[in-house]
Amino acid sequence: MELMVNGKMLETTANISVVELLNQKNVESPDMVSVEINGRILSREKFNLTKLQEKDQVEFLYFMGGG
Amino acid sequence: MDYTDDQLERYSRHIILRDVGVEGQMKISKAKVLVIGAGGLGSPALLYLAAAGVGTIGIADGDVVDLSNLQRQVIHATQDINTPKIISAKRKINNLNLDVNVVTYEEMLNSQNITRIIEEYDFIIDGTDNFPAKFLVNDACIFSKKPFSHAGILQFFGQTITVVPGESTCYRCIFHKPPPLDVVPSCAQAGVIGVIAGVIGTLQANEAMKFILEKGNLITNRLLTFDALESKFRDLPIKKNPECPVCGEKPVITELMDYEQAACKIGTK
Ligand SMILES: [Zn+2]
Repeated sequence: MELMVNGKMLETTANISVVELLNQKNVESPDMVSVEINGRILSREKFNLTKLQEKDQVEFLYFMGGG
Repeated sequence: MDYTDDQLERYSRHIILRDVGVEGQMKISKAKVLVIGAGGLGSPALLYLAAAGVGTIGIADGDVVDLSNLQRQVIHATQDINTPKIISAKRKINNLNLDVNVVTYEEMLNSQNITRIIEEYDFIIDGTDNFPAKFLVNDACIFSKKPFSHAGILQFFGQTITVVPGESTCYRCIFHKPPPLDVVPSCAQAGVIGVIAGVIGTLQANEAMKFILEKGNLITNRLLTFDALESKFRDLPIKKNPECPVCGEKPVITELMDYEQAACKIGTK
């Protein structure tokens, strides 16, 4: 299926979970990002169970502590 | 108050703008903006706010200028090394524009002192360089109902969001709590390109200007990110999070807290 991940089209297997997508995108630790799906923040405890749907817009939002 | 001829000339390029005018410039002259952290983000923000003639600018920072700061912290100069950043920054602002009343706080803000300081101001700019401080600024501004501009930078990337407490998405709506120690590197560990501080810090000053002038649209309910390698901005709509621990429907954070300083912060300047 097709997803939009950080603004770019990505072809994935159907029903991929958020954790699987993080792995596929080489995000080393789920603690490094917040995940937004279609404009809403997904709580971290739901990364495992949440399956993505065709055309979902997924954003990985990174912690940036510098200033 | 009336402007002198010199002031009318100094601010003439503002005054000629239809969305500013003498009336708008008067708002700027009466405004009070606090910049927390006179570092990479704070430097350009302070310089532009001072040039614009913001009437009162508060600067809070407990650090001294370090040689490794000068690659990006453009308000400080080589001769300022080992000088408190607030002194160095105040000196530059005074040189630039004596209309500005500069108030300095030579202290790292914590849960005990932050509320008393932010209450004096109309708008806050978070230019801090660590997660405990960024979460503290968010919570304090939410509790005190102070609008503020959050930003963070790392390597070639930066992001910013403006928070109007009670109305718009806050920092914790997106990032519930600081990341575990050492999962996310600091600028000292991972590096930061100097100009990203200029881009993002200048955007923060622009937020203060729009807020003061009551013009345009603040960066609320969206995270604006910038990739300096691609020179691309992305504007990501983010709804206020009903599960937010501080501004959600059932807030679990009801008082300020001091997170342990992240280990990766040690040695950071
Ligand atoms: Zn919130």
